[in-house]
Amino acid sequence: MGGSLTERLQALAGRELTAETWAQDAVNQPMIRHWAEAMGDRNPIHLDEDAARAAGRDGVVAPATMLQAWTMRGYAATVAGGPASPAAAELAALLEEGGLTSVVATDSELEFARELRLGDRISVTETVESVSPEKRTALGTGHFVTTVKTYRDQDGEVVGTQRWRLLRFRPERPAAPGTAEQPEPTAGTEAEPAAQAEPAVQPEPAEKPRPLRPRPATNRDNAFWFEACLEHRLLIQRCTACGTLRHPPGPCCGVCRSFDWDTVEASGRGEVYSFVVNHHPRVPAFDYPLVVAVVELAEGTRLIANLVDVEPDRIRIGMPVVLEWIDADPQLSLPAFRPAGTEKN
Amino acid sequence: MASSPTSPLSGAAAIVGIGATEFSKDSGRSELQLACEAVLAALDDAGIGPEEVDGLTTFTMEGNPEIAVARSCGIGELSFFSRVGYGGGAACATVQQAAMAVATGAAQVVVCYRAFNERSGERFGTGMQDRPMASTADRAQYSWFTPFGLLTPAQWVAMFARRYMHRYGATGDDFGRVAVVARKHAANNPAAWFHGRPITLEDHRNSRWIAEPLRLLDCCQETDGGQALVVVSAERARDLRHKPAIVRAAAQGSGEDQQMMTSYYRPDITGIPEMGLVGRQLYAQSGLTPNDVQAAVLYDHFTPLVLPQLEELGFCKPGEAKDFIADGHLELGGRLPSNTHGGQIGEAYLHGVNGIAEGVRLIRGTSYNQPEDVHNVLVTAGTAVPTSALILGAE
Repeated sequence: MGGSLTERLQALAGRELTAETWAQDAVNQPMIRHWAEAMGDRNPIHLDEDAARAAGRDGVVAPATMLQAWTMRGYAATVAGGPASPAAAELAALLEEGGLTSVVATDSELEFARELRLGDRISVTETVESVSPEKRTALGTGHFVTTVKTYRDQDGEVVGTQRWRLLRFRPERPAAPGTAEQPEPTAGTEAEPAAQAEPAVQPEPAEKPRPLRPRPATNRDNAFWFEACLEHRLLIQRCTACGTLRHPPGPCCGVCRSFDWDTVEASGRGEVYSFVVNHHPRVPAFDYPLVVAVVELAEGTRLIANLVDVEPDRIRIGMPVVLEWIDADPQLSLPAFRPAGTEKN
Repeated sequence: MASSPTSPLSGAAAIVGIGATEFSKDSGRSELQLACEAVLAALDDAGIGPEEVDGLTTFTMEGNPEIAVARSCGIGELSFFSRVGYGGGAACATVQQAAMAVATGAAQVVVCYRAFNERSGERFGTGMQDRPMASTADRAQYSWFTPFGLLTPAQWVAMFARRYMHRYGATGDDFGRVAVVARKHAANNPAAWFHGRPITLEDHRNSRWIAEPLRLLDCCQETDGGQALVVVSAERARDLRHKPAIVRAAAQGSGEDQQMMTSYYRPDITGIPEMGLVGRQLYAQSGLTPNDVQAAVLYDHFTPLVLPQLEELGFCKPGEAKDFIADGHLELGGRLPSNTHGGQIGEAYLHGVNGIAEGVRLIRGTSYNQPEDVHNVLVTAGTAVPTSALILGAE
């Protein structure tokens, strides 16, 4: 369980990522026809029985590089996802732990043992071959993860293998929220001549617009509070009958049972009552580690809010804090707090 | 010392059957099938046919309605059905509902059940991030924390844990010891997911942060599976094949200024007042005291909240649970062997219902980690939510 991230990643070598998975369809003419047309492959041995025989085959053969296509799960199953193997889950967890959220495919080496004939049934297994030490590349720092897919036929004979290498990395320049900066797809890198093989896949578009923070569920009891936040006013509900302050707000005073209330604006001073530093899971709307605190206001009520501009290690219960605002998006502003004495103005 | 029970509920009913599916990460079948398998297994264990069942109880969170379970299992007419809210807090309350129904004659044979594909299907641990927001008060409560990124059960519990550490000087190791004991017990339980896989305190220290101060090994697992329990009158129980686990006491509790997982607005947040309320009722109903309880199943979705449970239920004083645990009192041979099935950390996360089954095994004397001379077992339900608990006893 212990060990550095690199050691734990490298310990996955030899593990099975995908257990034997059978192609949904036998090797067949319609799929070959579609593939050959899409790829512009006009070799008649893939489509014409006579031409295939004339070329020394027993009949039509599938394009060699179509090997990978036979065992693909199809669109719906891919989108739906499914249970990962223990090793795949471990790999995913380790990559997430290391913040290795970006991916670029660098190599795909195929070896073919024989041509596939109509009617062949193909299965695939995938194992981890190796994980490189940490490498710095122009894209970012990360690890090259090499896996091997082994394709077999209905008799268990190997028909081909595919060595597949991905760079899993932390982007060099995490984009600021709201910016659309695109990391340049780089073919070679200073540390590793990795992307010489073609086709190198472009990095995933990591700079999609950032998802919004979860929306508050507003209703007649709480909308006033979030509306005031848009004006950077932190309100505390007050019972107009007995003067008790309450948060979170509600329609009726638990002390005197009055339904009449107004609000007071908080001074914005308080102290940390408790706090957490969130690491997992990582929700795209937020930056991690994410600090969330229960802040006790000078007025005596408490609220949950983010702490900003402070290293998590420096936060202490009882630490004085002052109000700050997060304008998360045009529809959502939220109170946040920073250590007292570090006010911006 | 024990005195006479004060509640007509005490001793009126018993759990006479327990049944579960395997506990896995990918059951490969529907949640309804899991529920039916568990219900039928529990009835088989009890030696009672499905046609005799006339009551069903479960959680409001349960995805398998009573009518679907009844129809699939060949259970006919139902004269009693009820559901209890607030997540894992409902676990022991389903037995309370069943016991009350049996005690009042509303039903004769009640099955409590809970089944889900909680790992391969909708994962609880990911919390609220993608849940739809309606404007009901039930949903609006989340407005006070989800926009800030306080989204998951681990994060909600971490807020209490931090304050508890601050007040009592507890450390990460004190939480880690809870996990180590659970995994030690699980290692010996063939039904446990972590069977044969104990951990050390060092493993706990080295596990990654999830939500500081919680590490990965402070968190229970997510499970696919089902668990069911059969409740009948104590009188009927005497004629059945297993030694009955008599319901000595069963209680629910919701504390003052209660919130779902986020009761951060109380004067103090280091205790679990709703569990204190439940404990006081258990002892009053049954006439028992903490000294009459020889073993416990303490809800352990996250390690930190096991500590204040021990304090609220009177097994030690506030702030002293860390010493109680460090002294080995949760282990076999300790003062209160606990979570002998491995807990939800080690066996399975069945929203606490698998813990009730372990309580039954402890009374029967069939736990894989069976302490000697167990007469009464205290079983708790979810913490940081409105909750419930039971005392199960031998005749």
